[in-house]
This record gives sequence, structure tokens and C-alpha cells, in this order.
Amino acid sequence: MLKTLGAAIGAALIVGAETQAFAAGAISGAGATFPAPVYNKWAEAYKAQTQTTLNYQAIGSGGGIKQIEANTVDFGATDKPLNLQDQQTNGLVMFPTVVGGIVPVMNLPGFKPGQIKLTGPQLADIYRGAIKKWDDPLLAKTNPGVKLPNLPITVVHRSDGSGTTFLFTSFLSLQAEHWKSEVGANDSVQWPVGLGGKGNDGVAAFVKQTPGAIGYVEYIFAAQNSMTYALMQDKAGQFIAPTAASFKAAAANAKWTTAPGFYLLLLDQPGANAWPITGATFILMHAKQADAAKGEEVLKFFDWAYKNGDADADKLFYVPLPANVKDMIRKSWSKIVGPDGKPVYK
Amino acid sequence: MSDAALPSAGPPARRAKPRGSLIGQVFEGLCFGAATLLLASLGGIIVSLLIGGWPAISKFGIGFLFSSTWNPVTDVYGAAGPIVGTLITAALALIMALPIAGGVAFFLTELCPAPLRRPIGTAVELLAGIPSIVYGMWGLFVFAPLFARWIQLPLMAAAKPGSILEALTTGIPNGSGILPASIILAIMILPFMAATLRELLLTVPAAVRESAYGLGATTAEVVLSVTLPYVRQGAIGAVMLGLGRALGETMAVTFIIGNSHAFPKSLFDSGSTIASTIANEFTEATSPIHTAALISLGLVLFLITFVVLGLARLMLRQQGAKL
Repeated sequence: MLKTLGAAIGAALIVGAETQAFAAGAISGAGATFPAPVYNKWAEAYKAQTQTTLNYQAIGSGGGIKQIEANTVDFGATDKPLNLQDQQTNGLVMFPTVVGGIVPVMNLPGFKPGQIKLTGPQLADIYRGAIKKWDDPLLAKTNPGVKLPNLPITVVHRSDGSGTTFLFTSFLSLQAEHWKSEVGANDSVQWPVGLGGKGNDGVAAFVKQTPGAIGYVEYIFAAQNSMTYALMQDKAGQFIAPTAASFKAAAANAKWTTAPGFYLLLLDQPGANAWPITGATFILMHAKQADAAKGEEVLKFFDWAYKNGDADADKLFYVPLPANVKDMIRKSWSKIVGPDGKPVYK
Repeated sequence: MSDAALPSAGPPARRAKPRGSLIGQVFEGLCFGAATLLLASLGGIIVSLLIGGWPAISKFGIGFLFSSTWNPVTDVYGAAGPIVGTLITAALALIMALPIAGGVAFFLTELCPAPLRRPIGTAVELLAGIPSIVYGMWGLFVFAPLFARWIQLPLMAAAKPGSILEALTTGIPNGSGILPASIILAIMILPFMAATLRELLLTVPAAVRESAYGLGATTAEVVLSVTLPYVRQGAIGAVMLGLGRALGETMAVTFIIGNSHAFPKSLFDSGSTIASTIANEFTEATSPIHTAALISLGLVLFLITFVVLGLARLMLRQQGAKL
């Protein structure tokens, strides 16, 4: 009996060792759910070309940060960027991959997408419960000639901790002093009013089912569900629509050169047609790689994705980074070194 | 001939041990191990919840249970909202599900025509096998709009200003909140309770039931004064099983309860439960105190379940004394 048990354990060990050896041509990552579709799409195409497998677990940005700090994955992914100081204390290097936009969506019977114009401070007032009805004089001011309905506003937010909420509340903090001091920005906050839906689809469902509701979702959800979105006021004072072009404009005008450690929220960027609630999603890697070959594998994958992945990103409603930013990122990879102190990416 | 049954060779000392002794010992060892493992993991869970939640417990103290502030930005946490939400939804679910579960079980054992018994019984058991996320999605996309249109809006329209009904029915008319979440929970725990109750009722000896019928009792009388008292103890266990599931149910509730950490003020107000709060926030909780607060919530749920089970035991004991 004991012998059989021993044999079984022995066999299990051998099998384990074999899977370990087989996994040598594989890289692993974990983190944000927002970019997971495009990372998986890239991984599929990359595997077909190079035989290298990418195993990406979409466990959420917070989980991604924890996993890379614990060194259980080759890279972490997060929608909530770490500032340079946090990166350095944990010995991490961060760089962006793709850009996405967040869109306020509404349920106003009879209204078409883009018929309502909103400013950042108005959005903050709605979300803190100061503007309670759609025919509020404050809203009428930016919507001359539009007959706003006498409907109560139902505020819908994300119930789960999310990089989307972080970006959205960061935008509200930037636009309104009261939001900054009373609520603040985080991946989950104490919402003054409203109800919470789980995930983008939960928010979209509540908005669709509640006349007078307003919510915020990633662009892909607004586009695929053809929801009524609002035009937002950009930095120049123009009211613009959420489109791939306006997210691209926000990413192109961003001052990546002066952002230490690529810590940058693409909120309220200057320049024509730059969507004000835009953000990048990021990759975290250890600055000092224990295994230089593994570190190189990871960077090779992202280099490949920057070169060949733009079409896939477009198809999935993400916005690829501008070429000059990609060059800056490749240069920044010199900070990622192997045990010998030499950069792993050549 | 009798020698043939014994091991043919071997000293008498061996003979004292019967042939199956090794198997017997292994069996005893495995059973003991299984029981110990269960206790050890139970203890391990309590200890790890205590350790994991300690930063929050030591920071907020007993006030953690009574404050309804839940602010991840300033890292101040209080569990009162989720605790109240958990208790209310579980209690409402139980109140709604228990009579129906009892009705299903009595129908299946007493009234149902024999050919229909199996299909209906299987259907009830199948309901129990549906994953809770399916109930959640169904609740959000199918049930909520219908509920809003046919129940919530008429109720809100019927409420006179200033009446109790108005206080109970204020809220957002989209079919989300405490009551819809409780109804979904009731549907979820119903098959468990109905299936267990049916099994219990089947254990009533046919002789007992038939003698009652023989005395001229109606079906209702048989159920109320013969079979129900016979299975009372087990029935409380079935109810507790349902309540336990209602207390800990996560995904289905998360979809429809509205997820607000404040105290729910009416039946249609948004609320949250302990399990839904943990499910919502655990993956993205980056600050240590946030994680600790969520783990403490888990500990609170554990204690609530413990108290509920303890109360059930107490009720059983008292009833046992009465009998």
C-alpha cells in the first residue's frame, strides 16, 4: 500500500517536473481585467508565430500589483498607475500598453446619443447629488434649445473595485474641488448617492432599465450596446463625442516625456478633440530580473505587440499608443536588468 | 474443516489478530483523520480570519460593527450596513421560501399523483443545481424589469403620501434593491429546503400515516398533526440549511441588491450584504486596512452563521425536552 502511494507520489513529481520544463517557453502575467481581451488576442497571435505561450490571468488591478510584488508572475497589469516613488520602493518599472476611454451613458427616453452636453463640474454635481433632475437650470445652461425632461436623475456607479472607477473619480476630483475633498479618487469610493452595478455590464443594465439614469462605462460597452452617451466638454471648451479619434487625440497630446515612470492619467488633456476621461493601462515588471532570459521573453512579447498588435487593439475598441510613445517605452526598458546588471532587452 | 477458514500457516500469536485487522485499522484511522481534518480546517479558518482581519479589528474596535461608514479613500470602515443587509435579506428570503417549500414537499408526498412525483421531484432538485451567477444574471436582466413594471411601480403609485407603505416603497423604480434581492434568494434556497423536507416527509412510516387516515383524518389534518410533528426536528435542520445558504449567497445578490453600504431605508432601497461586499471589493483592495476590513467582514459572517446554527440547536433541544 505504502509502495503504491510512494510510486504515485513519485509519478506526480515526475509529471510536475515535466510540466515545469514544458513551461520554459511561457510567460505569465496577472492583473487588470480591462485590457484582458486585447492581451489574450495578442497572446494567441504571438503563440502562432513564436510558440511562446502567454498565460494572462485577469484578476483585477489590485491583484496584479500584489502578484508582481510577491513575484509570482513575470509581469503585473494595472489600470491604476503607480507613481514613481511607489514603483521605486517596490523595485518595479511601469509602462503603458493601450489607451481606453470612459463614457457617461444615460437613459433619456427620446434622446439620441450626443444630444446632451455635459461639463466636468456638472458631472461631479450629478454624482454628488447636487443636481437631482434633468431639467436643472445648471444643465439647461449648457444645453440651450434642448427640452430637458422633468425626470429625476438616478446615479449608477460600479460596485466592484475597478480601474474604471479610479479614472472616473480622478476626473471628478480634477474638475471639482468639493469632490476632491469630500469623496476623493480611488478604485472604490464612498459614493454620496446612487446604486452600484457589478462590472460594466451591471452598470449598463441598470442604466438601460432606469429612465433618467446616468452611469459610466468603458467605451466598448457604450459602443456595443449603442447607449445614449453625453458629449463632454474638452479642455478647449468644445463639446466632443467619445470616438476612437478623440481618445487618440488625448493620448497623442499627453506629456509622456515629463511624466516620471510613465505615471500619467490622460484626463482633460489639451489639444483639439481630446476626450477628457481617457486613461492608459499599464504593465509592471521588476527592475531587477532574477532570470534575464525570462525578462527578455516578456519584453519581446510587448515589443511584438507594439509592432503588430495595433489592428487587434482597434478591433476591440482600444486605442494603440502613438509611435513616439512606443519608442520612449522601448528606451525605458534599459532600466530592466538581469542579475549581471545588463539590460535584458537588446 | 474449520481450520480451512483460518490462515493456514502462522504462529498462534498471529492468529489472535483477525484477518481484516489491517483494513480495520486503516479505516478507523481514515475516519479519525477526516474528522480531525474538518475540525482543524474550521479552527484554521477562524484563526486565519482573525489574523487577516486583525489590523481592522484593532483599529476600529467594536465600533466596526456599528458604524455604517465604508470609505476606501480615507480607509475608514464600518460593517453595520452590510450586516443589516445580510440579516434582512436572509430573513425575508426565509419568510417567503419556507411556506412554498413546505407546500411543494407536502404536495409531492401526500397529494401528487404517483406518475408526476418523480418528474416534479427531479425538477426541484435540478433547480438546486443552477449556478448562482445564472440566478444573478436572470435576476438583473429578466426579473428586475418585470418586477419594476408589475410590482414596484403599482405599489409606489398606490402608496399614499406619508403612509407606511410609502416609507417602505421609496426607492429607484428599476427592480433593484433589498426586496428583489430577497426574492431571488428565496427562489435560490427554495429547492434546497423543498428537497430536504420531501426526503424528511418520506421517512414518516407509512403505518403512522395510514392509521391517521384510517381514523378518518383529512389530508390537512394528517399533515398538520401527524407528519409535521414527526419530522419537526429534521425540518428545523432543513430551514437552517436554507438560511445558511441565504446568509452566504454572493453573486446573485451582488447583481441586484444595488450595492450601497449605507443602511437600507426601505424595501426598494439599495443595500449590500457581507458576501456581496467582499465579492465586490476584494480583488481591488490594495491598502492593507481595506483588505483587513474585508476579512473582518468574513469573520463577522462566520460568527453570524455560528450564532444562527447555535440558536437552531437550542430550539431543537428545547423541543426535545417538550416531547
